[in-house]
Amino acid sequence: MINTLGRHLRESLKSLARNTWMTFASISAVTVTLILVGTFLVIMMNLNHVASNLEKDVEIRVLIDVTADEKAQQTLKSEIEKISQVDSIVFSPKEKELDNLVESLGEEGKSFELFEQNNPLNDVFVVKAKNPRDTAAVAEQISGLDNASKVRYGQDQVDKLFDAISVARNIGIGLIIGLIFTAMFLISNTIKITIIARKREIEIMRLVGATNGFIRWPFFLEGLLLGVFGAVIPIALISVSYQSLYTWALPKLQGSFVEVLPLSPFVFQISAILLLIGALIGVWGSLMSVRKFLKV
Amino acid sequence: MIEMSEVYKTYPNGVLAINGIDIKINQGEFVYVVGPSGAGKSTFIKMMYREEKPSSGKIIINGVDLSTLKESKVPMLRRQIGVVFQDFKLLSKLTVFENVAFALEVIGENPKSIKKRVLDVLDLVQLKHKARFFPDELSGGEQQRVSIARSIVNNPAVMIADEPTGNLDPDTSWEIMHLFEEINNRGTTILMATHNKEIVNTLKKRVIAIEDGKIVRDEARGEYGIYD
Repeated sequence: MINTLGRHLRESLKSLARNTWMTFASISAVTVTLILVGTFLVIMMNLNHVASNLEKDVEIRVLIDVTADEKAQQTLKSEIEKISQVDSIVFSPKEKELDNLVESLGEEGKSFELFEQNNPLNDVFVVKAKNPRDTAAVAEQISGLDNASKVRYGQDQVDKLFDAISVARNIGIGLIIGLIFTAMFLISNTIKITIIARKREIEIMRLVGATNGFIRWPFFLEGLLLGVFGAVIPIALISVSYQSLYTWALPKLQGSFVEVLPLSPFVFQISAILLLIGALIGVWGSLMSVRKFLKV
Repeated sequence: MIEMSEVYKTYPNGVLAINGIDIKINQGEFVYVVGPSGAGKSTFIKMMYREEKPSSGKIIINGVDLSTLKESKVPMLRRQIGVVFQDFKLLSKLTVFENVAFALEVIGENPKSIKKRVLDVLDLVQLKHKARFFPDELSGGEQQRVSIARSIVNNPAVMIADEPTGNLDPDTSWEIMHLFEEINNRGTTILMATHNKEIVNTLKKRVIAIEDGKIVRDEARGEYGIYD
């Protein structure tokens, strides 16, 4: 068994070396495809990561009627707590709201300090849903309650982000499928050339009673090798550039809501995916030719 | 050994190549298959090693019924049949030794036993001294002897030869025929399609004549007949 495998491997490598240009073209096609697939995966997975982080942070801000006294506020609070999807509720007095606003505006906010005597803002309940997906429903219920003058939440932005991601994903997938087919076609052509070049050998193998599996193996291996060799450069490139991008971006993103996926295990996952896609492209490409041209 | 009953073969293009053949060939026989070109000799021979399937009828080789033989078992059948052609079908990039060894390698034989068996069979065809030569460096007769060596290296029960002397001069043809006789004397059944009148009429063996897809003559020590 080991012996035959070694023989098949030798045969495959020999024919790869013999058809230098087709080998080069096939490997390049796989390389280009996988670089794009890899870049796309890095971007999409990070965007998804950012979006789900954002979604987790979505909170509902319930502006309390200025006329509501302490008792009315307590009633509102207990009403909100009764909603089953509600996870937490925090009271934020209007003085704190003003501080936050002033702080967020920086230098310009200084002018608002005058308002401190006559604060125009509302007291606020900050509510979080147990499941971010329920945010809209919870907000809807709260807005029906007495003394809740306005209900605001950031879900719109998050939804828009998710929509954008899904559009980008569809375009990317379409592009990648096209590229994968091109690479497969090139590989299947390479295999076809090998099959034609080894026509007499195949004929003799059949005559002396080699099994179909034995005859096919070298061609599968050849396809597999083309796919795997094509994955080497993309894996190296993506790993190295993600690493440098990560170390460059991490300090800059500190404290902001954007968070990129950590190097490990992400880089290994991407590498494994690229290797797998490369191998599949190769095997599938050779399968197409073996089915069509290798009548055994 | 070889048995055909009511075998018909029509090609997809409508040509009726074999039109009802019944025959029985025993172990160890030497049979010439003669007949005009296009009479169905090649089809008859190709059906023996399952290169062509009969449209109907039964073929039994060495106890194996070819009509019910699964596609996956065809390689096993071919390991019991050695085939030799007019054009030798040698691999020009391999040496004599490698060409013969190839037949054993691709059926997964143990590499240790391959060397001895190849050298033994090269000895039989008297080409041991040219084991390292490439086919292009050999004469036609020597090339045919390599291809014969390849066909019998696995000790097949049957040897099938399709015009093995077709490309060779008379002297060389006789060399090949003596080799066939030697192989036949060791118990291998030989089936040889030929157009060589001199050989058939001199080295007398059973003759099967095929015309228009039918056996028109089957004689124990027959003559070639009047074909071109």
